[in-house]
Amino acid sequence: MKGALLSQPANPGARILAVGGARGDRLVTNAELAGPIDSSDEWIRSRTGIATRARAADDQSMLDLAEAASRAALAAAGLGPDQLDLVILGSITHFLQTPAAAPQLATRLGASGAAAFDISAACAGYCYGIGLADCLVRSGAATHVLVVGADKLSEMVDPTDRTISFLLGDGAGAAVVGPSERPRIGPAVWGSDGAQAGRVGQDIDYRQAVAGGVWPTLRQDGPSVYKWAVFEISKAARAAIAAAGLTPDQIEVFLPHQANLRIIEQQVKRIGLSPEVIVARDIVETGNTSAASVPLATERLLRDDPQIGGKLALQLGFGAGLAYAAQVVELPPAGHRQPTAGGPATPFD
Amino acid sequence: MALDKNDVLEGLTEIIVEETGIDADQIALDKSFADDLDIDSLSMMTILALAEDRFDVEIPDDAVAGLTTLADAVDHIAGA
Repeated sequence: MKGALLSQPANPGARILAVGGARGDRLVTNAELAGPIDSSDEWIRSRTGIATRARAADDQSMLDLAEAASRAALAAAGLGPDQLDLVILGSITHFLQTPAAAPQLATRLGASGAAAFDISAACAGYCYGIGLADCLVRSGAATHVLVVGADKLSEMVDPTDRTISFLLGDGAGAAVVGPSERPRIGPAVWGSDGAQAGRVGQDIDYRQAVAGGVWPTLRQDGPSVYKWAVFEISKAARAAIAAAGLTPDQIEVFLPHQANLRIIEQQVKRIGLSPEVIVARDIVETGNTSAASVPLATERLLRDDPQIGGKLALQLGFGAGLAYAAQVVELPPAGHRQPTAGGPATPFD
Repeated sequence: MALDKNDVLEGLTEIIVEETGIDADQIALDKSFADDLDIDSLSMMTILALAEDRFDVEIPDDAVAGLTTLADAVDHIAGA
């Protein structure tokens, strides 16, 4: 052996420094969508809890939403784009197999040269990204990571579909992850079940779409996904709480994927969360925005109630794959951190 | 060992009362989950998942569409 390899010095922990969000501008009501699916405002509210879903204009792309959310997160973190060394983007609405969207996002932000890649974990994408960012920052492989969940799901809806289309909205949420003097992101408990790949996802692949001259849209087996989300995913959530060295009654804020309010209410019960837990219900106004839903729900709670900054929150992403990831995090402080000129003032800023 | 159908009905009734608030007097073998008890597809999945745990049986998702009445569910669980 001609020499010994060096590795980066590790960090004792990682944390979410700040979050940002962007939603489609238009709130689409249930009444607007009920006709083609022979439904009603009352039926949609009782089955899903959704009153409106945010949808973006034709000229606002998934990347536009991702950029807006990322800029908000960077501003709130008090960091410049040149301080990012990695951008991770979770999305199912980037309609190119290659190149990935994350390098374009990095360049738009002014983080040119940062490592950048996409992950495909659908509604679990953001929580997968936070899990990756935590590991990379703690290992010293990265210092500041931007994790973004962004989806413009209105580009994959079928107005006559009764299974999922009427739930879906457009948005992006972003978090900046950086080093910490102690762990402020708990271990991810994550997994998948490819045997149930057909339960939720794109109805046809792109070869079939081209051959048939039809655009792919999303479909789900709602009751089966509901059962999995309520019973299997609640077990994963309990495991994530235990992995962080906590018990369910210590969770102060619950940030589940905003798939369906009925799922969220059942998860609170099955996980055994405290009656006082603050539960994210962004779905009522924003709808289901897939990878964006957990960070958007976080962004809304921090905006509406700045007192929750610093509290222990359970993040829970689950969806197509089937794939899921859960972790407990310490929420960042609400509002903006002081910008740091020329880099962090301390190694853990 | 096959489960006693009366025990299954009693257990299923307890789960339905707990999950939906429906009065136990309204629950009987000939009642339809959807038409008589107004139990929608999501509540149905909750009830059946809890029944799986309680009776240690498996009710495949694809079998749920065939369970229209309490009697259908009791037969499935007792015969599983």
